[in-house]
Amino acid sequence: MLGDWHQLWEIVSAPDNVPIVALLFLVPFYVWYAFRQARANDELIEKLEADPAAAKTAHRKTQPYHPKWDREVHTWPYLMRVEFVAAILVTVLLMVWSLTLNAPLEEPSNPNVTMNPAKAPWYFLGLQEMLVYFDPWIAGVVMPTLIIIGLMAVPYIDANPLGNGYYTYKQRRFAIWTFCLGFIGLWVAMISIGTFIRGPGWMWFWPTSTWDAERIEYAVNRNLDAVFGINGAWLVHLMPVANRAYSPILARIIFGFFPIALYFIVASYLVYRVMNSTNFTQRIFRRMTLLQIVTTDLLLVLMLALPVKILLRLIFRIKYIWVTPWFSI
Amino acid sequence: MAEDNGGKRTGLLGRVREFAEEIKKIFREKGKEEIEGLKDPEKTQLYRSIFRVKHEETPRSRSLGVLSNVFLHLHPAKVNRDATRYNYTWGMGGITFYLFIVLTFTGVLLMFYYHPSKVQAFLDILYLENDVPFGKLLRNMHRWAAHLMIIAVWLHMFRVFLTGSYKKPREFNWCVGVLLMVLTLLLSFTGYLLPDDQLGFWAVTVGTNMARATPGLGHEGPFGSLLGMTPYNDVRFALLGGSIVDANALLRAYIWHCIAIPLIASVFMGVHFWRVRKDGGISGPSPVMLESEIKEDKGPRPVIMRPSGMV
Ligand code: HEM
Repeated sequence: MLGDWHQLWEIVSAPDNVPIVALLFLVPFYVWYAFRQARANDELIEKLEADPAAAKTAHRKTQPYHPKWDREVHTWPYLMRVEFVAAILVTVLLMVWSLTLNAPLEEPSNPNVTMNPAKAPWYFLGLQEMLVYFDPWIAGVVMPTLIIIGLMAVPYIDANPLGNGYYTYKQRRFAIWTFCLGFIGLWVAMISIGTFIRGPGWMWFWPTSTWDAERIEYAVNRNLDAVFGINGAWLVHLMPVANRAYSPILARIIFGFFPIALYFIVASYLVYRVMNSTNFTQRIFRRMTLLQIVTTDLLLVLMLALPVKILLRLIFRIKYIWVTPWFSI
Repeated sequence: MAEDNGGKRTGLLGRVREFAEEIKKIFREKGKEEIEGLKDPEKTQLYRSIFRVKHEETPRSRSLGVLSNVFLHLHPAKVNRDATRYNYTWGMGGITFYLFIVLTFTGVLLMFYYHPSKVQAFLDILYLENDVPFGKLLRNMHRWAAHLMIIAVWLHMFRVFLTGSYKKPREFNWCVGVLLMVLTLLLSFTGYLLPDDQLGFWAVTVGTNMARATPGLGHEGPFGSLLGMTPYNDVRFALLGGSIVDANALLRAYIWHCIAIPLIASVFMGVHFWRVRKDGGISGPSPVMLESEIKEDKGPRPVIMRPSGMV
């Protein structure tokens, strides 16, 4: 099949999607750029660790160096001119962009004509994508809150004193993997999916397939309790006759609690193991206070719940794990 | 006045001529002085009153030039030589700030043409696009600068993370940064509704529908209805000033977008820059630290109570 390249072009060239296309290039570029410097520093670190005598006198930086150079330079003109050039370049870029691409303007707003797909602004598409896997109160409220809290907690839970003020990978593997998983794997990637793959009805359209608003997706998702055949048959006998009608609901409430609890226990344990997986991470772990350990563990467990739920959905077609009359997870 | 003045009484004409001579001379002499002075503008009273210090290529003058200027004094007089290279900060914080300024500038110009009302808003955009000189360019620049600012904020955060710049003593500034990022996103989001077109309308509808599901505070959220939430009193209602995205929502978005959030963000930016300096300037590029140099903690101290300055 040749595929519908026109459709792909239409998505990629939509003016409002240009930032995401740019992001697809910028993020890999800066990852590469940062890791190139990290590698250089890591090599230097390795050399110095191997040779303590040299470590005492070495310059300890990978930037060009001359003993006669001053450690500091005047802001004026050495920093100001860089800022000035940066401002000009950004202005030129913005001008060219604004002259070549027009900001979108659709028909006047009309509550009676639904846009299909109705997409949030691109920077919130990650959250909208989460709506596929979670109810709105999780995807739209709890998750953004946790992201903000989690980010603000970072400096207070990272007990590793190394890598303050220089790029390094080897000294901060755990932190860097975590952040990249969140930022690239769960934020940028979800935005890309929301932009390039989600079409009408928020259905999944592989790139180059045509957005067909008529397509019907047959939902075969089941709740976990249905998979296990929980219907309250056992519970019926324990309940007063008058309330027996509620036994399936009650059974599901009780049942659903256990897989969630199990997930928290297993995931916390795994995170704990990873935090103690090498001599170095063990050393950092010993420096952590109880509050730091618990917070780190909890935040990571909550973050990992995203990919876990996504996989449960994609592989086992599970809709909810825990169904209650008040909320479902 | 080499002219004859002694004794001889001149008539009115003579006096006028004399006066003209005098004026001519004043103009010639003082004028020459004035123009000579312009060759060295830094010595003028005007210049000194504005800039307060002479600009010379001396360390003292260079430092004072930065420190005594309200716009430049956010900078220290001197910076880490390696920090002026692109590869450490990527200039992303500065670019973010510059884009904020561009957005303020273009935004104020847009405000001259925009009425936040259901009747006018969309027409104003059409007017801007088709009739206002450079109106289209103005709108495009505002739009794309907003997108660019979001990308720049994310990349800035990414580099701050990868350089470990949130570590002691910059923990708090990282938190200020997180709030700035949230404010940046909210700025962009509130602006999305203002053209009052389908795109903005449905994006904001989708976005604020999530507020319906706020646990306890939204009428469709967990425990919401138990706590007495209805479409007419929950958080979504507070955000939109109504139960649907309509005129009140447009006005609220406008005020958040043009006044409230920019003000709040400016205050936080002030704090952010202030803290960059107070925390000892940019974190690096600093000399690498070795694992063997980690000082062992002297017993457990809770994060909340750990004395500052301890590693
Ligand atoms: C409106 C948004 C923001 C603006 C205008 C801004 C601006 C800046 C500027 C100009 C600097 C100086 C160094 C540089 O350019 O990298 C800086 C440093 C810093 N920013 Fe931001 N920033 C913003 C958002 C953020 C965010 C989202 C974070 C993190 C979550 C953050 C955390 C920091 C930290 C920790 C520093 C000190 C870095 C160091 O010492 O190396 N900022 N910011």
